[in-house]
Order: sequence, then structure tokens, then C-alpha cells
Amino acid sequence: MSQSYTRTAIALHWVIALGMLIAIALGFYMTNLSLSPFKLKLFSWHKWLGVTIFLLASLRLVWRLTHPAPALPDTMDNWEKQIAHAVHVALYVLMFSIPLSGWLMSSAAGFPVVFLGLIPLPDLLAKNKELAAMLKQVHFLLNMSLLALVGLHVGAALKHHFVLKDNVMAQMLPWLGRGKSK
Amino acid sequence: MKIWQQSLLACSLIGVSLSTQAVTFNKVLLEQSQLSFVSKQMNVPVEGKFKEFSAKLNFDPAKVEAASAELNIVLSSIDAGSNEANDEVKSKGWFNVQAFPTAKFVAKSVKSLGSDRFEVAGEMSIKGKTNPVTAPFTLKITGKTGVLEGSFPLKRLQFNIGEGAWSDTDTVADEVQIRFKLVVSE
Repeated sequence: MSQSYTRTAIALHWVIALGMLIAIALGFYMTNLSLSPFKLKLFSWHKWLGVTIFLLASLRLVWRLTHPAPALPDTMDNWEKQIAHAVHVALYVLMFSIPLSGWLMSSAAGFPVVFLGLIPLPDLLAKNKELAAMLKQVHFLLNMSLLALVGLHVGAALKHHFVLKDNVMAQMLPWLGRGKSK
Repeated sequence: MKIWQQSLLACSLIGVSLSTQAVTFNKVLLEQSQLSFVSKQMNVPVEGKFKEFSAKLNFDPAKVEAASAELNIVLSSIDAGSNEANDEVKSKGWFNVQAFPTAKFVAKSVKSLGSDRFEVAGEMSIKGKTNPVTAPFTLKITGKTGVLEGSFPLKRLQFNIGEGAWSDTDTVADEVQIRFKLVVSE
């Protein structure tokens, strides 16, 4: 096990985290707007962001599989480590399933995804209004799960930093200066 | 159209009706016919259709100069791809279906492009505006029925379809591809 995350892993973590938060905020905001050119623009930008996140998540998964994460401190109980691991796995699953559910939903709604307005993505499903409505719920629930898990993830990181005073959170925030010490 | 052209058209129409050998399609089987379109929103192709329209036709592929056709489209029957879009495009800034319930296409001339390919030129009237349009189409004949299929680009802003903020063509492109498939019989 390595002692810290690579710079690439840290960069991917924060870029994807920021991207997902922006995409979620955009998602909530745009769906409540009445139809306008601006709304169509926001929908497209949201989808482009989703595709970008999916691509970055793919890169991140490959990176993670080839560059193991630092071990959790021995001060943690086994069950705590297991929960931490499960949450991380779930977050990875959501990084892929959220954009994918959006893509499926777009296909079913009859609005194909054209990445950056240049690259048309194939339609994964034929147009089907009922299916589109169902996939919208799935997309929403997956995002709610993400927010809940990110809450746990951030809460745990803060506990490591401020209560347990170990280096778990600092490993992702090397500029906190506690990254290398145990 | 000039008067001599009209007389010529009238003469040829009479000629067609008197001829017993000619295959003249003069019925449109609306149930099997389709009128659809593809608009581009942020470069995303979005399909839509008009569910309700009527058509009059008199077309003998051997005597294209005698052809006549008229299409009336009930604009409120539009399906623009989503409920939200359907409400929007019926509004004043788009089709204004309250004031202009139908769109009309009248063929002015048809020419043969060889084998089963033709081109129709005519006038499209939407929302109080009339503009010329031309559309290539094919005619596939099986027995006594024919399938007439074609498409052409229509510039929506020529008809003030999508005014105000919607006239921004970066979001919704000016060109809308119109597709027609008419199943016709004798």
C-alpha cells in the first residue's frame, strides 16, 4: 500500500466532485425553468458535463485499479474500514450510473445527447414516454443517494481530521500539511 | 403562375382524366401517411410530427406537368417531442395556432428527375406568410398504390416560427427538415 494518493488521483477526485456538484445544482435549477432557449442551453450543458464526468470517472477507475489507495489507519476498527470501503465502492458506482441513467433518460425521451454539440452519442433506447418518466425518477434517486453518501463521506473525513486527528482527510488535501505524517 | 401555364395545366388535367391508360394517383390514404420533421436544438436532432392533415392529389408519374397537390396541416396536432414543447410551439411566438390554425402547401409544378425520382415546387403558407419551397421525392409503386416520400429543409424564420428569444438560431436552428410520406392510390 502506498502512503498517499498520487497527484493524478487527487486531481481526479476534486475535479469529479466539483463537476458532480455543479451538474446536480444545474439539474435542480434547470428542470424548474419554463421552456426558453436558456433552458435548452442549460440542458445541453448539463448533459455535456455528465458525459465529461463519465469519461473522467472511467479514467479514475483505471487509475485507481493501477495505483492502490493508501491504507486506512490501524486505529480504525475492521467494521469501520469495511463501511468506508463500501461507501467508496458505492460512490464509484454512482459516478458511472448517474451519467448513464441521464443518457438512458435522454434517449427514452427522444432527445439524443450530442456531446459538446459536436459528437452525437448513440441512442441507447427507443423513444418511450413511460420509460423516460421512470428513468427520470431513477436519475433523481441516484442523485439523492449520491448526496446522502457524499454527506457520509465528508462527515467521516471531517471526523478523521478534527476528532481523530489522523491524516485520512489530509491525504486528499495535501496542502493541509498533514499528508505525509501518520 | 401565368395564365397560359394555368390553361396548360387545366388542359393536361382534362387530358389525364380522359386517358384510360394512365396511372393517376388521386387518393391519399391518410391513415398510412406521415408528416414529420426534425428540428435541431443545440445541434441535437429532435423528431416531431403532425398527426392531423389532409391532402388532395392528382399525380400521373408519366404526365408530371399535369400534377396537382394540396396539403392542409392542422397545426394544433403537432407533436414536437415533449408536452412542454407542444404547449410552447402552439403559442403566439411560434405557430400561433389560435390565429393561424392550419398550414398549407400548394404544388405549382412537378418535374421528373429520372426513374422514380421527382421534384415538386410549390408554395408553403404558414402563419400568414407564403414562401416558395421545393422538395425532391420518390414514388414507389406496388400494384395500385404508391408511396410518395421526400424531405426538404424549411427555414422557420421565413415564417416567423419562433419569435423573440427563440429567433436565436444558435439554440434552435433556422432549418427544420420536413419529411413527408404519402401513401397514394388510384
